[in-house]
Amino acid sequence: MKLLNEANFTFDSRSCNEAFARSAVGSFITYLDPTVSELNDIRTAVSEAVTNCVVHAYQDTIGKIFINIKIWEGGTVTIKIRDKGCGIENIAQAMEPLYTTAPSEERAGLGFAVMQSFSDSVKVRSKPEAGTTVTLTKKLSLRVSNG
Amino acid sequence: MYPKTNYDGNSLTIYLKGEIDHHNAREIREATDSLIQQNKPSLLRLDFSGVTFMDSSGIGLIMGRYRMMLLYGGKTLAVNVPEGLERIMNLSGLGALDIIEKRGELYETAQ
Repeated sequence: MKLLNEANFTFDSRSCNEAFARSAVGSFITYLDPTVSELNDIRTAVSEAVTNCVVHAYQDTIGKIFINIKIWEGGTVTIKIRDKGCGIENIAQAMEPLYTTAPSEERAGLGFAVMQSFSDSVKVRSKPEAGTTVTLTKKLSLRVSNG
Repeated sequence: MYPKTNYDGNSLTIYLKGEIDHHNAREIREATDSLIQQNKPSLLRLDFSGVTFMDSSGIGLIMGRYRMMLLYGGKTLAVNVPEGLERIMNLSGLGALDIIEKRGELYETAQ
């Protein structure tokens, strides 16, 4: 697959930046003319991944969140959301629907379930004390040429 | 964002608007909870007609209010849910708790 376009940005893990992150990703892919539903799916999945960084990876501290977006020939979009936070010891358990380590915050434990439902694939790489990278992949229907 | 509300002596309607995410869910939760405690309604209606975006934080918000209303012996309904939010609502299993008002029912009430 040929890489057509790429963007990188970094921001603080402050909750007010959750809206910024999903909007920035949405803006970057807008020229591909995604459907309302595709755009909403991507914004939702990104919001979940970034919220995980804010709530879990950095918890009571502020760290950096790195986002990389790649647009591939044929309309496939990959979005990497990376942190240098606490990492996940048991990825399979973290991805189980309704599993949450933050019930007091009224977290529903649905973050990964939503990411999986709203993208074509979700890959998670993590190392305790080093950080986590979530890679979301979504193929757009491409109603116009994407040159 | 302090939500617009309506209380008719029985049911408390809270008109949510804009984007519901982890950042602003706390503010909405605090405002909603103080209204529930003040009024102790038998029915809480969360009106989503003005909501343009919601992630799973919104699900946590609804579930939390549902539990709180149960303590008061009251019911909770999510009403006027825009099409774009239906998928996340259904994914959450809220449908099984009969919290989401069906479109058909909505039209019947409107007529």
